[in-house]
Amino acid sequence: MNGERPLTRDMKPDGEPLSLQEYERAGGYRAVRQALRMAPEAITRLVSDSGLRGRGGAGFPTGQKWSFVPLGAEAPHPKYLAANADEMEPGTFKDRWLLEGNPHQLLEGMMIAACAIEADVAYVFLRGEYTLAARRVERAIAEAYQAGYLGRHPFGADRGLELYLHVSAGRYMCGEETGLLNALEGKRANPRAKPPYPQVSGLFGKPTIVQNVETLACLPHIITHGAAWFHGLSRGVDAGSKLYGASGKVKRPGLWELPMGTPLGELLEEHAGGLRDGLKLRGLLPGGASTDFLTERHLDVAMDFTHVEKAGSRLGTGTIIVLDDRTCPVGMVWNLEEFFAQESCGWCTPCWSGLRWAERLLDGLERGQGSEADLDRLEWIVKFCAPGNTFCALAPGAVEPLGSALKYFREDFMAHIRERRCPWS
Amino acid sequence: MLAEQERREIEAELERYPRRDAASIDALRIVQRHRGWISDDSLREIAEFLQMSPDDLDSVATFYNLIYRRPVGRHVILLCNSVSCWIMGYAQLRQELHRRLGIGFGETTADGRFTLLPIVCLGACDHAPALMIDQDLHRDLSPDALDRVLEGYR
Amino acid sequence: MATIYIDGRPYAVDARQNLLHACLSLGFNLPYFCWHPALGSVGACRQCAIKQFRGPEDQRGKLVMACMTAASEGARISIADAEAVAFRAGIIEGMMQNHPHDCPVCDEGGECHLQDMTVMTGHDYRRYRFAKRTFRNQYLGPLVHHEMNRCIQCYRCVRFYREYAGGRDFNVFGIRNLAYFGRYQDGVLESEFSGNLDEVCPTGVFTDATHKRHYTRKWDMQFAPSICPHCGVGCNLSPGERYGMLRRIVNRYHGGLNGYFLCDRGRYGYEFVNGDQRLRQPRLRLAGGPQSLPQKQAAELLGEWLADDRVIGIGSPRASLEANFALRAVVGARHFYAGVADAELALLRLALEILRRQPAAPLRSMESADAVLVLGEDVTNTAPRMALSLRQAVRQQPMQALEALKIPAWLDHAARELAQQRRGPFYIAAPAATRLDDIARELWRGAPEELARLGFAVAHALAPESPAVAGLAPEAAALAGRIAAALRSAQRPLVVSGLGCRSTELLQAAANIAAALRRLNKNNGRNSPKANSTAEARPDDSSSENDARLALAVPEANSLGLALLDPHPLSQALDAVRAGAATVIVLENDLYRRLPAGEMQSLASGLDRLIALDCIETPTTRQARLALPAAAWAEDDGTFINYEGRAQRYYAAYPPPGEMQASWRWLRDALAVAGREAGRWETLDDVLRALAAEFPDLAAAATAAPPESFRIHGEKVPRQPHRFSGRTAMSANLNVSEPAPPPDPDTPLAFSMEGAPTQPPAAILPFAWAPGWNSYQAWNKLQREIDGPLRGGNPGVRVWPAPSSGERYFRDVPPPPAARAGEWRAVPLYHIFGSEELSRLAPGISQLSPQPYLALSEADAARLGLGAGEALVLILESQRFTLPLVIRPDLAPGLAGVPAGLGPLQGLALPAWCRIERA
Ligand SMILES: Cc1cc2nc3c(=O)[nH]c(=O)nc-3n(C[C@H](O)[C@H](O)[C@H](O)COP(=O)(O)O)c2cc1C
Ligand code: SF4
Ligand code: FES
Repeated sequence: MNGERPLTRDMKPDGEPLSLQEYERAGGYRAVRQALRMAPEAITRLVSDSGLRGRGGAGFPTGQKWSFVPLGAEAPHPKYLAANADEMEPGTFKDRWLLEGNPHQLLEGMMIAACAIEADVAYVFLRGEYTLAARRVERAIAEAYQAGYLGRHPFGADRGLELYLHVSAGRYMCGEETGLLNALEGKRANPRAKPPYPQVSGLFGKPTIVQNVETLACLPHIITHGAAWFHGLSRGVDAGSKLYGASGKVKRPGLWELPMGTPLGELLEEHAGGLRDGLKLRGLLPGGASTDFLTERHLDVAMDFTHVEKAGSRLGTGTIIVLDDRTCPVGMVWNLEEFFAQESCGWCTPCWSGLRWAERLLDGLERGQGSEADLDRLEWIVKFCAPGNTFCALAPGAVEPLGSALKYFREDFMAHIRERRCPWS
Repeated sequence: MLAEQERREIEAELERYPRRDAASIDALRIVQRHRGWISDDSLREIAEFLQMSPDDLDSVATFYNLIYRRPVGRHVILLCNSVSCWIMGYAQLRQELHRRLGIGFGETTADGRFTLLPIVCLGACDHAPALMIDQDLHRDLSPDALDRVLEGYR
Repeated sequence: MATIYIDGRPYAVDARQNLLHACLSLGFNLPYFCWHPALGSVGACRQCAIKQFRGPEDQRGKLVMACMTAASEGARISIADAEAVAFRAGIIEGMMQNHPHDCPVCDEGGECHLQDMTVMTGHDYRRYRFAKRTFRNQYLGPLVHHEMNRCIQCYRCVRFYREYAGGRDFNVFGIRNLAYFGRYQDGVLESEFSGNLDEVCPTGVFTDATHKRHYTRKWDMQFAPSICPHCGVGCNLSPGERYGMLRRIVNRYHGGLNGYFLCDRGRYGYEFVNGDQRLRQPRLRLAGGPQSLPQKQAAELLGEWLADDRVIGIGSPRASLEANFALRAVVGARHFYAGVADAELALLRLALEILRRQPAAPLRSMESADAVLVLGEDVTNTAPRMALSLRQAVRQQPMQALEALKIPAWLDHAARELAQQRRGPFYIAAPAATRLDDIARELWRGAPEELARLGFAVAHALAPESPAVAGLAPEAAALAGRIAAALRSAQRPLVVSGLGCRSTELLQAAANIAAALRRLNKNNGRNSPKANSTAEARPDDSSSENDARLALAVPEANSLGLALLDPHPLSQALDAVRAGAATVIVLENDLYRRLPAGEMQSLASGLDRLIALDCIETPTTRQARLALPAAAWAEDDGTFINYEGRAQRYYAAYPPPGEMQASWRWLRDALAVAGREAGRWETLDDVLRALAAEFPDLAAAATAAPPESFRIHGEKVPRQPHRFSGRTAMSANLNVSEPAPPPDPDTPLAFSMEGAPTQPPAAILPFAWAPGWNSYQAWNKLQREIDGPLRGGNPGVRVWPAPSSGERYFRDVPPPPAARAGEWRAVPLYHIFGSEELSRLAPGISQLSPQPYLALSEADAARLGLGAGEALVLILESQRFTLPLVIRPDLAPGLAGVPAGLGPLQGLALPAWCRIERA
């Protein structure tokens, strides 16, 4: 662990974005020049060796994903790249930081990924509410075009790259990689069947890579410093640094770039300052709304993909949501399920029916109208929406906090039933 | 008929996609920016311009929550109701808004000044509770701060 | 083939299919919703979940969706697995959250896939205790009724309407549990195939709006295996009756023809049978006015008149082969005339000549054509169901890319996303826009002669032996080259034409192209259907169909059947009358549709005895001395020969009521009175035997369906579903003892629910039902394998032998049409709703039918300074018609479009030169 903060190091304290010149002064756009001299396969190999795993929530090894893209003269064109800047996972606000603070870093990452998969067209898929980010990314794109870093012959190369900003019109489903493709095609953001994987048949039926903003932002640094360096950034088994965040009733909610594998307790106590005075920790969601609760018992868990999974949850987006003892766990889960039920795209039955049912039951429990049978039904819905049972990962993610809440906060649910009211209200 | 300006903006989007109807969401956003919302007439005009049927375009429009198929006020308040804001006092903020504006979610004040809508996590969780008015994010809100915030939108 | 293991036992299945297809083909009851055999898999409903195991050791397994999982070699699955069973029950429970449980008042009740699947999964107790979501319903026109609250969000309707049928005015709106399926605003559904929503929707969201007005539950209806009488395609139907009233039509699956879908004319045209335009009573016109006669007396009168040796008969393309043959037998071959205009007869003869040389493609094989030329035919309006098949063909070429990516064709959305909007080569040359133009790669507009010249040029480009076209315009020549190149490089090219333009040359040009393609095909040895595994030609009852390159749309249900009986031209009937024939029998035909009104008038006035036998009142029956009520097709048995030359038997759903009877029985009874030897037929089989004796070529028609003597375990085939109430009490108000079912001396079917409980041969299968499967989805249970032929093979037989090899080319290329100053070339324009005689009498259809009009191109209207709606006079020889102007930007200049079969325009001999004046 070398304690470096490559993703955020160059950002300005006032939060203003780096201009192209500032970015270049800080060493920017060197990595992409280097990448342009490398064979696509070599870039992919380097990224594979670096151990970079996707920061969008699923943690899929990035190099491995690229390796499925057909390369060479036979490959279909245009090939596409999309930066997933949809960031609608409740409790998650990390990509916003990168988008607003250093948009050129994202663009350079995209250019590198485009080299690796020989992409011709790239989109930044940005959620509609990120208006500040939209202005800054738009500006950065214009600067890059003006500098000749995008367009027909970026940096004088033979292969062109067009890069566009697409501002979304809402819906959590747009962040799901195939929903995102449909949204980019101007369709409803229902997910698509996999296989075929987007790497083979994606946007407009052509090979496509979708990558989270933070994942892409790592790329220039990996190219510049190498795989071993990237491994060295981490304290845990998964490589790199990671943007972690904390929200809820902690003393210092915020975001930090820290070594991957920073223990949960350290994050909560040292960086977020612990809970506000007088409050006690009940539990937390380690990586956004669609991860399983962890509790006090798990504070020594290293926040990397591998260890959080061992602890029964997922690293997800790495932004923790803290539940304190003055907040009703049932209410919190109701709020989460209300979100997921609302954002269900309506394609598959377990999701649109199961999540709405769960939300109705939780609402009933909160109002003191629940029964023990409702808890069985909730358990049943958790299983009903298990991975594989639904068409995409929205519903399985949605029931993670529900399932774990039923496990860890059973007594609180029972109190609602016994007292016929919410004990916190 | 789409205005010249609207048409130009949509045409610029068309260059970014291999297919005309792929620009449907961009086109809806553009026209909404100019007209505030997407009326049936607007929908038909955009559809015609994109060579889509109004049915196909409306299918897209009604999927996305930031496309308004009903009229909205001069300013749209998007109040975050997701988990972190919920923990940090969303309910009080909502009540206060309902009280001050005299409207519920989905409604517009009688003077046409504000429309109030719930919105999912605004990505401002470390400064919860938060809301957006038009293009502006307002963070770390308390019911008392609302007056000052609303003041800026006439 | 692959071996898979289902609950421990091995089965051989089609490895190119998915596990749901495999399980259903093997006869397992596995519930599903979003999957449809014609629409493929999309994995939305999650109803078909099964357990899949990684190998013999894997005990835990994993739930997978059968429809989304390939039936790969060695796959181990369980349908009975407890977790899978519970999950499937849960899916129904989830779907039922919002369902109104209004089965007693729902038109789908009793034949509802949702009901069947609910029973199948065992979900029987409602636990969701919260409010249901509710929706407003839409007005979708006179044919389809909308009841959105019943929706379970399986997405089949949009997939059928938009993706399969190409409709653009219907979609899904909103998201989550609030998805709404309908139109963006209330209004009449535009698709000519909208009625299929009724059968595609697994519950009662979309139901038959015409049925609603005289609703009867499926189990209370009496059905018949039937054939559509409204065009020459010959789709198989299942009409349902109760209390002597025809209640509705649903699709009857035919693996080679209509598959699962009908057009709206075929589905909704039936109401003419119940209408007040029926001729119900024999009627004699006397000086003092018309007089009704009882059946017996009318037959006697007819018999007396037949004694006259100056009797001639005029047949009909909408009457059965048997009825036409009976008339021919009555009047003698020399006095049997075609009930169509001479030009049409000539075209039908030409079509027969062509089709004897080249087999016609069945609809299902059209779906796998990978390059198509439509030459001069507005298929959607003349042979509507064919258009739906052609629409599928444009997917073939883009789908070839699936193979490389190992994406199976049944993975429907993946296939569509990969193909995007790419479409295979599809060319349309027509006088005006057609409803398939949206899928065409290139369009060509012109007068029929110009279209024919284009066609000849294509044929010549494919085969130099086919004559060249002199003086072709460069653009036309270039287009012909592109079309020829596309057809040449295709595996299964297809040319579609027909009688719509009423042009001999057009048919000949199409025939030359088809001949050239067949030759190329043989030379390249490319006719193996295995050439492309994603889209195989479906083998039908004759292997020659796999290399069928041609289809010719014919106007009416039995146009080819009539032509095959060798009738003399209609003009000669007029001559015969002028020469003294005093008695004319017109069989099920309105001659005002066949002849210009003036000629018809002179025929009728020169006659002593005009006898009209028909099921409806027409200007002809009103003119007749003696009008005899014939059974309508739903009350009658007979054979139609469709555009492929396929003889198909249709059966009465109920005996003809009152004084009506089958035309051949009227004629038979009259012959008996006349004391003639011929025509002593007792049953329909006797007629068919006589027909076979006289026309060896048509002997096959007799074998299109089993004879009357056919029995299953000694029993007839019931026309009614088995049930425990309802019909048996139908006449209890009159008599408490149950009446004997009416006899049916002509067919192996019984007007009863009693009879053989097993599946009859496909040709006499009246309706779809299987234990546990009350909905249309029961077809799955009646097929040899899913989506394949019914058990026992596709109904119907081709009446002529497989064509000989050796191509011949028509050599008469027409010259380019010379424009005439001040004149227009009047061409017929067709309307699915309105151009056909019987269906337009149905209220729902007539509501959608246009009023008579005259169409000119935008350029011509502008040149003459005419505005839309302006009253014009169409002058055709001596006839004048005042009509409102319709400006059609799509019409080729120089043409005047005249709606076919509408109002006073119905008997016009088109194409013809005409003049136009302001009124
Ligand atoms: C419902 C749903 C929403 C998602 N939203 C996002 C998102 O907003 N941003 C994101 O990067 N990934 C999101 N993902 C994950 C993406 O599907 C995808 O895995 C990711 O963008 C891949 O990028 P990565 O490999 O760089 O993480 C979402 C997934 C699901 C199932
Ligand atoms: S789980 Fe199903 S309904 Fe939910 S978002 Fe995914 S596809 Fe849509
Ligand atoms: S929960 Fe409100 S901004 Fe995140």
